[in-house]
Amino acid sequence: MSLDQRGSFSPMPGAAPFSRMVAAQAAMEARLMLRNGEQLLLAVVIPVIVLIGGVEGAHRLGKTFAHPAVDVFTPGVLALAVMSTAFTSLAIATGFERRYGVIKRLGSSPLPRSGLLAGKIGGLLVVEVLQVLVISVVALALGWDPDPGLLAAALAIVLGTAAFAALGLFVAGVLRAEATLAAANLIYLLLMAGGAVVLPASAYGAFGNVVQWLPSGALGDAMRQALIDGRTDWLDLAVLLVWAALGTFLTARTFTWE
Amino acid sequence: MSNPPAADPAVAVDGLVMRYGEKVAVDALSLTVERQTITAVLGPNGAGKTTTLETCEGYRAPQQGSVRVLGLDPVRDRTDLLPRIGVMLQGGGAWSGVRAMEMLRHVARLHANPLDTDQLADRLGLGDCGRTPYRRLSGGQQQRLGLAMAVVGRPEIVFVDEPTAGMDPQARRATWELLEELRRDGVTVVLTTHYMDEAERLADRIHIIDHGRLIASGTPLELTRGGADTRTATIRLVVTRPFPAGSPESLRQALGAGTEVTLLDELSLVLSGPADASTLAKVSVWCEANGVLPESLSLGQRNLEDVFLELTGRELTP
Repeated sequence: MSLDQRGSFSPMPGAAPFSRMVAAQAAMEARLMLRNGEQLLLAVVIPVIVLIGGVEGAHRLGKTFAHPAVDVFTPGVLALAVMSTAFTSLAIATGFERRYGVIKRLGSSPLPRSGLLAGKIGGLLVVEVLQVLVISVVALALGWDPDPGLLAAALAIVLGTAAFAALGLFVAGVLRAEATLAAANLIYLLLMAGGAVVLPASAYGAFGNVVQWLPSGALGDAMRQALIDGRTDWLDLAVLLVWAALGTFLTARTFTWE
Repeated sequence: MSNPPAADPAVAVDGLVMRYGEKVAVDALSLTVERQTITAVLGPNGAGKTTTLETCEGYRAPQQGSVRVLGLDPVRDRTDLLPRIGVMLQGGGAWSGVRAMEMLRHVARLHANPLDTDQLADRLGLGDCGRTPYRRLSGGQQQRLGLAMAVVGRPEIVFVDEPTAGMDPQARRATWELLEELRRDGVTVVLTTHYMDEAERLADRIHIIDHGRLIASGTPLELTRGGADTRTATIRLVVTRPFPAGSPESLRQALGAGTEVTLLDELSLVLSGPADASTLAKVSVWCEANGVLPESLSLGQRNLEDVFLELTGRELTP
């Protein structure tokens, strides 16, 4: 085909197959997320620092747990990584996509909205796989010895992603881009410090009864149950499911594509 | 045999009404776009051009009236229609960190038979900035990338919203040539513009909109001839001191009933109507009789600017 020939623009319209569109969108979303320095900081650097800092800190302070510190911290750090990507990164990225008219532009392309959503989820999962790999390698180097509750952990990650992504889209849909940026980071910091992600809910005293019902507490606890004791905590998973349903409901009611 | 869908016009807008709150953006607008033409929707900012276009693109549902594109309902038949149309938005439409070619390739991948992205980018002069992040592209480069994204999927119809706003003259010409080539290859082009020269140069048919209403339609020639076959001309008169009261009326009397007189401001007015060798002399005589001193007096063929002025009493471009 040459543009210099007559007829080179002659119409030949058609959408690519759905799977190809979703794959293209997912690859694009993941690339953009990994290219963005701030998001990479949030996705990988902070969790790794928390992991190393937690393990080293416990060692220096002589604080002991029922299990080695790295076994206690790693599941929570993985939960933190999921939260940073599925909630904070997604909310910020989507907020700016609305601002820059990206979602509007894609709205007139053959990619349907379901495909855009599937692409976003695909992009999140790609980034999460990379996060889990990096964090696991660091943890193993620190002597991590997980109980292989892998299926339970995978289930927790999927449900946690669903809950946080739905909530992240809700925030991005109701706030302006800058406000989304601020809110998503603030909520992330609050949940990291007080949401029972990295430390178990029991570490928060009486307040633990509250935080275990937060998506952060449920995800962190589900990961710890899975990777420390090899158990599937159905109550935590149910809590995540409820948050996912609530987030989806709110997003569906409020989200506008522009 | 059933009637082939090609019998439908490219775009059929019928009695479209769109409101934003109290404000009526589009007011009972009806227009048709024939296939394989370049059709310009011309009007000042805020005339309702973009709203009309976005209704055709399926972004908004008509509040009243109907819109059909290639015989389809842009909202209900969205899935069928979207692959067949190309859209160039007025601005934005890309991630701030995405590279120019990366963005174009991404849009190409969403289509079944896209154009070769490298050739298309070269054609639009985007070859040099292929690796530049979108936020660092100049306004003109962003516009050209937007145009490339609109045509890369080989659509049957492209909607381009103010395609050359912010472009330098060279890019502007390249864009016009591309749009003409699209038409030659069988693509329907619908463009909005507030540039007269753009509409006059490109369009097979022009729809002039003001305050959300269609105020005139026709080929550029039909519009500038005013529909009648008489030779018409436009005379612009600029004076040094404000016109005395009643000037438009007395000028009209001096020149004859076929002349339209539009006061632009206190120092300038436009006359249009049948003209011959005596017309300028009559204007001079009137100036002398009314004690006004012409600063400039110019005669020209009616152009779209004049048509718009006559229809609305306002200049199109501020």
